Amino acid sequence: MKDILSELSDRRNEARLGGGQRRIDAQHARGKLTARERIELLLDEDSFEEFDMFVAHRCTDFGMEEQRPAGDGVVTGWGTVNGRMVYVFSQDFTVFGGSLSETHAQKICKIMDMAVQNGAPVIGLNDSGGARIQEGVASLAGYADVFQRNIMASGVVPQISVIMGPCAGGAVYSPAMTDFIFMVKDTSYMFVTGPDVVKTVTNEVVTAEELGGASTHTKKSSVADGAFENDVEAMAEVRRLVDFLPLNNREKPPVRPFFDEPGRVESSLDTLIPENPNQPYDMKELIVKVADEGDFYEIQADFAANIITGFIRMEGQTVGVVANQPMVLAGCLDIDSSRKAARFVRFCDAFEIPILTLVDVPGFLPGTSQEYGGVIKHGAKLLFAYGEATVPKVTVITRKAYGGAYDVMASKHLRGDFNYAWPTAEIAVMGAKGATEIIHRADLGDADKIAAHAADYEDRFANPFVAAERGFIDEVIQPKSTRKRVARAFASLRNKKLQNPWKKHDNIPL
Amino acid sequence: MFNKILIANRGEIACRVIKTARKMGIPTVAIYSDADKQALHVKMADEAVHIGPPPANQSYIVIDKVMDAIRQTGAQAVHPGYGFLSENSKFAEALAAEGVAFVGPPVGAIESMGDKITSKKIAQEAKVSTVPGYMGLIEDAEDAVKISNEVGYPVMIKASAGGGGKGMRIAWNDQEAREGFESSKNEAANSFGDDRIFIEKFVTQPRHIEIQVLCDTHGNGIYLGERECSIQRRNQKVVEEAPSPFLDEATRKAMGEQAVALAKAVGYASAGTVEFIVDGDKNFYFLEMNTRLQVEHPVTELITGVDLVEQMIRVAAGEPLSITQDDVTLTGWAIENRLYAEDPYRGFLPSIGRLTTYRPPAEVAAGPLLVNDKWQGDAPSGEAAVRNDTGVYEGGEISMYYDPMIAKLCTWAPTREAAIEAMRVALDSFEVEGIGHNLPFLSAVMDHPIFIAGDMTTAFIEEQYPDGFEGVELGEGDLRRVAAAASAMHRVAEIRRTRVSGRMDNHERRVGTDWVVSVQGTDYNVHIDADHDGSTVTFSDGPKMRVASDWTPGDQLAKLDVDGSPLVLKVGKISGGFRMRTRGADLKVHVRSQRQAELAKLMPEKLPPDTSKLLLCPMPGLIVKINVEVGDEIQDGQALCSVEAMKMENILRAEKKGVVAKINAGPGDSLAVDEVIMEFE
Repeated sequence: MKDILSELSDRRNEARLGGGQRRIDAQHARGKLTARERIELLLDEDSFEEFDMFVAHRCTDFGMEEQRPAGDGVVTGWGTVNGRMVYVFSQDFTVFGGSLSETHAQKICKIMDMAVQNGAPVIGLNDSGGARIQEGVASLAGYADVFQRNIMASGVVPQISVIMGPCAGGAVYSPAMTDFIFMVKDTSYMFVTGPDVVKTVTNEVVTAEELGGASTHTKKSSVADGAFENDVEAMAEVRRLVDFLPLNNREKPPVRPFFDEPGRVESSLDTLIPENPNQPYDMKELIVKVADEGDFYEIQADFAANIITGFIRMEGQTVGVVANQPMVLAGCLDIDSSRKAARFVRFCDAFEIPILTLVDVPGFLPGTSQEYGGVIKHGAKLLFAYGEATVPKVTVITRKAYGGAYDVMASKHLRGDFNYAWPTAEIAVMGAKGATEIIHRADLGDADKIAAHAADYEDRFANPFVAAERGFIDEVIQPKSTRKRVARAFASLRNKKLQNPWKKHDNIPL
Repeated sequence: MFNKILIANRGEIACRVIKTARKMGIPTVAIYSDADKQALHVKMADEAVHIGPPPANQSYIVIDKVMDAIRQTGAQAVHPGYGFLSENSKFAEALAAEGVAFVGPPVGAIESMGDKITSKKIAQEAKVSTVPGYMGLIEDAEDAVKISNEVGYPVMIKASAGGGGKGMRIAWNDQEAREGFESSKNEAANSFGDDRIFIEKFVTQPRHIEIQVLCDTHGNGIYLGERECSIQRRNQKVVEEAPSPFLDEATRKAMGEQAVALAKAVGYASAGTVEFIVDGDKNFYFLEMNTRLQVEHPVTELITGVDLVEQMIRVAAGEPLSITQDDVTLTGWAIENRLYAEDPYRGFLPSIGRLTTYRPPAEVAAGPLLVNDKWQGDAPSGEAAVRNDTGVYEGGEISMYYDPMIAKLCTWAPTREAAIEAMRVALDSFEVEGIGHNLPFLSAVMDHPIFIAGDMTTAFIEEQYPDGFEGVELGEGDLRRVAAAASAMHRVAEIRRTRVSGRMDNHERRVGTDWVVSVQGTDYNVHIDADHDGSTVTFSDGPKMRVASDWTPGDQLAKLDVDGSPLVLKVGKISGGFRMRTRGADLKVHVRSQRQAELAKLMPEKLPPDTSKLLLCPMPGLIVKINVEVGDEIQDGQALCSVEAMKMENILRAEKKGVVAKINAGPGDSLAVDEVIMEFE
């Protein structure tokens, strides 16, 4: 018996070494941690339960039968993040460069199936050279098996991908279908075709970092939702995100004890809106002052900064925030911001996370690049996402809510539950000047008359009361009491039940 | 007494005057420009009158507009504060012409003290010590030596037309006087085409010490001790205290009596300040007299218990002084720190914008001012006083139009040491965000050995911070205190995280007790034992610290007690840790398990990214204005140009110091995203 126990122990130790000490050292020299070290940082201490530690590949071509390391390049299992269950797979770059074999894929599929069955998030730590070429089509099949599970799990359990090394070719499409992708600066990259192929086909000379580094994907392509300095920081921040997310779509978002008065009055918000309507202000100040403890987890901070998306807590419970940012492009809606916000709203709706929308929007961005780029359909995504969402929806209009963009931003007409406005709100078809020039076209030559008309228009419409008279605004609130009003609104919506008509699925304008 | 008083000023001093007027039961009128519609002094006053656009020369210092406001409100008296119209004799005359009382000295006193030459002459006549020197023309080198000997070495040989250090020599003996005279004369002839030279005493180890005087219209005059104002940056006072750590009783008395003699010589009636320069041997020389309330008057109030504003108002109303020189005693020690909206890390560049956070430390009443006077209102009493004279509030705007001083934080305690310690804690507790400010610099001064020893001269900042201010590095003892505090706070934060809903029963995460605290690169291995009253943090190399605090996650200010003494930290979030600011230091603190710390060690150290030498257009837009020219030296944070996008103006600022090498766009140009606007060397 003793021998058997010690054999188990030996085998485990061997498996834990992955590709061996030399490759582990090489991984460290690149500034990266190993698959197991990452799991240690991601999960609560001693909470990891491993599956399939002894799985080995079955390939016999190209001399592969000579090397059959236990685990086959991916560590899988489950553990807890602050006591809540999550499933995790972590690719081991020290074993065949983390390449994906048939068995490697099977290990991932196994924990994904369990995650869906048991209702817990899947966190994938990607660090893989790609398909295991020696296995040919079996490896490709493995990818597709994972893709199919990503698709089936979508909207059932949260899926988080962290790119912590290379992720190229077909491999990118698994993370692409998960809810969040994070990258590690300088040590990760993602692309469908690498710099060599790019050069051959298009003659473009580009580095891997330029083509698919963290900066590219957080700022330009919007493929990634955030980037972190290193592996340690990435794991800490993923833990922080998990604290915001429900474990699955049948559960309410998590609640944790909080140390912040729900009725906290923030007098400084009374002066947030500048006197000059064309002067920007920082909407993040409002988010942070409304949130519990000023804690805000921003998603896609570096992309389409004219809209802000992210998570806060109100009275301890997770709330998704969507807010126009007047500091960037005056907070207008455009292709990028509509896409960014639409995806965020749909994530929240899928996982029963209430949505707070803060509105200061002068309209859609005009221009040929927008129209040629299809702003009509992209803008419609956000409209669609808000309209179909059945979670509690609370909206606060701080300043401008002009034209179609007013309708889009979680208006009453899109089943908003609480639609509040600050006294500084202007809910109108457009700004006074533009409106006057259309209504009083005959007076266009007379600057004085136009100015007088504009002043009339402003008196009539540049306020929240016309909308409030019609009930489109439920209440005009004091800026300083925004936290209290929003907290009470969400509290009253805890048992909201709303169902859309049965359908196979909707047909959102993708 | 007056039925109504108008304050012809803004900011903290207007608020200060309103407080005393309110205490005396006199209704107040504020005046305000467009930029001050929402200002604190407007909110505090009983009435407010709008007097024009933001620039002071179109509002606060336009005599006609202020006179209109007086007529409109029927105010019987005007307090001018400091700056603006406070030493403007025309304004005093205009008031007199309409029978409105000026809460300040008579016109004659303002005029005679307003002129440097006249004031020095009057001072000499009144037997006030002035800097010895020879104002007449000096013939030749031998004449210079003779005069230098009469004045007494060291002397300063100066060109009449001089400036900027040119044509200036310091001589310590005859030979240097001879050489200095020749070279000054040549330099002056070459630089200014005027080779007239004069000689005056060179004051070594100069300190700026001033005497507060108070006179009435009945011929009474007293002095209320001195204020030491040596800590200045480019002639702008930063830290003041009373009494001076340098003066002895005899010097104080001599200076005070001369100051009163000067005031009487000009028929002074109000509060005034006589400024002296004092050398290392306690010789003092008259500099000038300020015929108004000084910015730094609170330190005098705190050690004498006299409300100077009240005295000024009573004198203006014709009342005789109710206190005599014998009634004036100096009790304890008071320190003032001026909070400026200037970024010390960016060459003290003025910083404007919205005060997203402004939370001064709680005021505490103590000392003579508590005993004699109640104007601090409802502040609780304590051992050491904390007083904050301010004109701003959270959510308010710091505009570019006025003085960047936003608050005067004062402490009083029975001893200088205790007053400094109270100030350190008060500075740590002062929360200001949204703009750059000098709080870290003030903390650095409060911990500077020269200041602690009281050995500062007017060259203190220049000599101690020759390359500007780069923050404070805490000593080992303070770092450990921070580490101990961080351990206790981390424990609270982590335990809370484990209480999230939806966790697996019986498989909860256990928060450990052994950690590695990394403070700015230094690692401390600690063990923490928590009990009902706090925690004991044991460092692996022996020391134990006791930490007590009621900090909860989200609090931006942590008030802790570490080993029996207070530690106040401004707490922010950084990835996986805390940002902690205390005593002028800005620290990144991570608390990790042993294993986490081991793995963190494997992470490569990343150098801060090389900020590009290009200014890129961040959005498609129209260039409205370029604020710099090729060759300009720019400071970190300086406005470079404005871009209009979606009808909004966005100011682009420099990310670091540099020199403008090339400008690729001009006003009116329409740029796409990432187009290069300018290049730096």
